[in-house]
Amino acid sequence: METPERSVMERVERPAQSAPSAEPAPPLTFQVKNLSIWYGEKRAIDNATLNIASNAVTAIIGPSGCGKSTFIRSLNRMHELVPKTRIEGTVLLQGQDLYSSTIDPAIVRRRVGMVFQKSNPFPTMSIGENVVVGLRLNGVRNQKFLNERLEKSLRMAALWDEVKDDLGKSGTSLSGGQQQRLCIARALAVEPEVLLMDEPCSALDPIATAKIEELIYELKTHYTIVTVTHNMQQAGRISDYTAFFYLGRLIEFGPTAKIFSNPSERQTEDYITGRFG
Amino acid sequence: MDWQRANNRTWRKIKSALASGIAFISALLVIAPLGLVFFHLLVNGAGSINWDFFTKLPAPVGAVGGGMVNAIVGTLELLALAGALGIPVGVLGGVYLAEYGSARINSILRFLADVLNGIPSITWGVVVYGLVVLHFKGFSAYAGGLALGLIMIPLILRTTEEVILLVPNGYREAALALGVARWKTIVHIVMKTASKGIITGILLALARIGGETAPLLFTAFGNRFWNHSLNQPIAALPLQIFTYAISPYDDWHRQAWAGALVLVSGVFCVNVLVRILTRGRAASVV
Repeated sequence: METPERSVMERVERPAQSAPSAEPAPPLTFQVKNLSIWYGEKRAIDNATLNIASNAVTAIIGPSGCGKSTFIRSLNRMHELVPKTRIEGTVLLQGQDLYSSTIDPAIVRRRVGMVFQKSNPFPTMSIGENVVVGLRLNGVRNQKFLNERLEKSLRMAALWDEVKDDLGKSGTSLSGGQQQRLCIARALAVEPEVLLMDEPCSALDPIATAKIEELIYELKTHYTIVTVTHNMQQAGRISDYTAFFYLGRLIEFGPTAKIFSNPSERQTEDYITGRFG
Repeated sequence: MDWQRANNRTWRKIKSALASGIAFISALLVIAPLGLVFFHLLVNGAGSINWDFFTKLPAPVGAVGGGMVNAIVGTLELLALAGALGIPVGVLGGVYLAEYGSARINSILRFLADVLNGIPSITWGVVVYGLVVLHFKGFSAYAGGLALGLIMIPLILRTTEEVILLVPNGYREAALALGVARWKTIVHIVMKTASKGIITGILLALARIGGETAPLLFTAFGNRFWNHSLNQPIAALPLQIFTYAISPYDDWHRQAWAGALVLVSGVFCVNVLVRILTRGRAASVV
């Protein structure tokens, strides 16, 4: 579905990207350029520029209040829910400006799904209803299609085998880890191109966390994933690229292996080794 | 330690007993009037409650028997009219306060709603009399319904706003992140999650206006017969009770007691319904 679009993008972007290095640049999902975000007078993101590769996991790390959440939310315009936000710079998704005045935020969010820190299945709905609610409320009525997508999404979220006989039960009857996978299934059901995850494991025990991490690893074959995490080990385990934010500024960005073994910035090293933050 | 030993244990026990004793007596004082009202109504009114009371029109002066069926039906009609105005306006206004609007406008609206809630109900009757009854030259069910509906609006508005604000933001974000439009998120996710609370607010508002007499005096006016058109004066239970209670006839006094008993029982039933609806409130979200 996205292939033609992406190939166009590659043709446009290749010259600029491949100039510095000999290797061919990976295809990009997001190109963020000179991004600054304000909440009222407070600047939460200060002039961040980075490219997010397709079909890879990009981890955003940094101490609390460094702008991680704001950054990830700016990728699907969720930060705009806070009143009085202002943005400068550009965010391109497959070459398209997300903040162009002609773009409806709802369409952006359909393309860029999100999973939150606290699992939030809708309490008034069953497990099955939770998964397809995005499609339903976006006008899909075809029951056969909904059923297919229900099973497909739950399978992708590695939850199908656990809930297939209980689809009518309340979503909140599941365990914390299952609820979080239900939320992932719900986000996948609308077939986004990107999955944003804002600390998806911070409320889970180690076993549930391991399952989600495994799931993230499998999902990246189909999706571009951007995840915020407070857990250095987790960033090291699951991500291909890591961005380190501090006080709203992007301090360092690069392949995870490099950031963790040989960071260029002193602050990055101090944070990763636990000397502060 | 010294300071612990110095603290007289017996005196502390007495103070504790005193405090819980006072709290208990205060609680009794809260419940006692309700018990007294019910008891009094039962003693005086139960004797006059019979099949006729629910099926017959009021008897002419001097004649024995008769009932209040027109007043009971009239109250239900007035509640329906009031609800037709008060429920949509109140609920949508509450949604606006909780979901839209700027902080400044909202604080003004909230303040005005609280002022409206404090306005004595007879004022509404007079206002509707001046605006509607005089204009159309006649008392009517519409005028009564309008007066009651205006009382409902701020009541429902505030309760709706409060229960909608109780819906965790995570649900709004989850729906918006699926690319669901704002209004659909509000209707299908937020209001659905808060529906029990919204319905509770509506029922409590209906119970409250069901017993209002003052706003009906100059609007619905009362009627000893069936109301055949909503443009005509209509009977209402509280009005009928009022008329009968200030009359000089013993038989009417008994019927007034019976009417009051029916009215209080109705309000009581609505409150029980609310309790049933909100059962397991701790388990669900709102």
